[in-house]
Amino acid sequence: MATTGIESPGRAQIGVKTLRTDRWWIAPLLTFLALTAFVVYSGWRVFSNQYYFAEPYISVYYSPCITTTCVPGSGFGDGFVSWWALSPALLTAWIPLAFRFTCYYYRKAYFRSFWLSPPACAVAEPHGKYTGERRLPLILNNGHRYAFYLGLLLNVVLTWDAIIAFRNSEGQWGHMGLGTVILVANAVCLWMYSLSCHSCRNAVGGRITHFSKHPLRYRMWTLISKLNTRHMQWAWISLCTVVLADFYVYLLASGRISDLTFF
Amino acid sequence: MGYKARFKVWRGDKSGGGLEDFSVDVNEGEVVLDIVHRLQATDAPDLAVRWNCKAGKCGSCSAEINGRPRLMCMTRMSTFAEDETITITPMRTFPVIRDLVTDVSYNYEKARMVPAFSPPADLEPGDYRMAQVDVERSQEFRKCIECFLCNDTCHAVRDHEENKTSFSGPRFLMRISELDMHPLDTVDRREVAVQEHGLGYCNITKCCTDVCPEHIKITDNAIIPLKERVADKKYDPIFSIASLFGKTKERARRTPPPGKNA
Repeated sequence: MATTGIESPGRAQIGVKTLRTDRWWIAPLLTFLALTAFVVYSGWRVFSNQYYFAEPYISVYYSPCITTTCVPGSGFGDGFVSWWALSPALLTAWIPLAFRFTCYYYRKAYFRSFWLSPPACAVAEPHGKYTGERRLPLILNNGHRYAFYLGLLLNVVLTWDAIIAFRNSEGQWGHMGLGTVILVANAVCLWMYSLSCHSCRNAVGGRITHFSKHPLRYRMWTLISKLNTRHMQWAWISLCTVVLADFYVYLLASGRISDLTFF
Repeated sequence: MGYKARFKVWRGDKSGGGLEDFSVDVNEGEVVLDIVHRLQATDAPDLAVRWNCKAGKCGSCSAEINGRPRLMCMTRMSTFAEDETITITPMRTFPVIRDLVTDVSYNYEKARMVPAFSPPADLEPGDYRMAQVDVERSQEFRKCIECFLCNDTCHAVRDHEENKTSFSGPRFLMRISELDMHPLDTVDRREVAVQEHGLGYCNITKCCTDVCPEHIKITDNAIIPLKERVADKKYDPIFSIASLFGKTKERARRTPPPGKNA
């Protein structure tokens, strides 16, 4: 019998890890599968270093493409990083990874589904010791705001990608295809996910104690607070749109499909 | 229409115990606490249970029903199937006294450690003036009935007895957050939250929010904002430098006084 946790001396000796009768394991299992699939897919795409640009669309994983090895037309000019020999996505894809890893919602998701700490409420965790987010590496989660700030910069770039998706492959404005719709939707979802972030909520007004002295920041805080209640939903929706946007570009760039052009 | 329901109720004390089977009459509109009272009136007159208001406002009848931390008085029998066996145990995070009654003194010890509300020294009690917009954020936390279900379900102490010395649980992190957001409070509670109440133990799994019978958004509105305020002070050099140059207008804060009941 364990000497800590729910069977600690003095507590009611019940002998089972949980008495829950509902299917509490479904949510962590689905989360585990979904996040694992995302990590595997993203890893494949980030390291593959091909099929990431199909004029005028660029994959979200490879934008901004800043190395001189980028596919012509996909980057900032001819690129300005010449010393990088690996996939250019590795230079930028860590930003959204850091943003999502330190995100207050994803922390719940991976602590429950990967680390089983706990797997569900009132279900005993398997670990003998727990120190929380007080030591390396998990104490780095306190730096979520920096990942948030960098993520905002990346959102600007991805928004620009969505805007220039209204140009055709010759660079003329007035084009719109299914790829344009997907990139625009992805940019919108990423903005919603970022703006509903808890660090954003703190930055715009959460740290203030006297709202009445800062009416504008209070209004912004109120708006962000409304978005914040849907942070989990935006986290999942934006995760899906990232994969969709990248996969569509992959299909186009690899020649498996051609873009559905509206005008 | 009434029916016979099957119950398993944990009976015993700190020396041991087990689940006992009961078959009890259930009538329309009843809650689990009604059934426990019927058990006391029929098959188990010495069954120990703590209760008071029967209205979800006193926080006394906290227990675990089918493994989920809940108030017995707010758990309707209509939420269970008639052929379902319903299991009632005491809260599993706190030492058991007898049957469904636990010793929750851990919570009161932690409450005493929270530095008291500290208005400006030159402000007389009758001179408190606060805009509603300034107080309403922390008013949400005043709904707390101190049922301690949040502390019961928090795995940091539920699954790790040894953490009870250094972690106060969501109830008291929420209390610290409430005071830190108070427009007239002058104490810097951020260091205390980390060092004495173990804010870093919280890994945002939101079980406290899930079980709160008052539907307080403990994690989103209290603990995460507190973590962000701590990050302002401890983990954000840009914010710290900006503060030196007066770019941020934090209220004058002072070191908290020795902990006493707030």
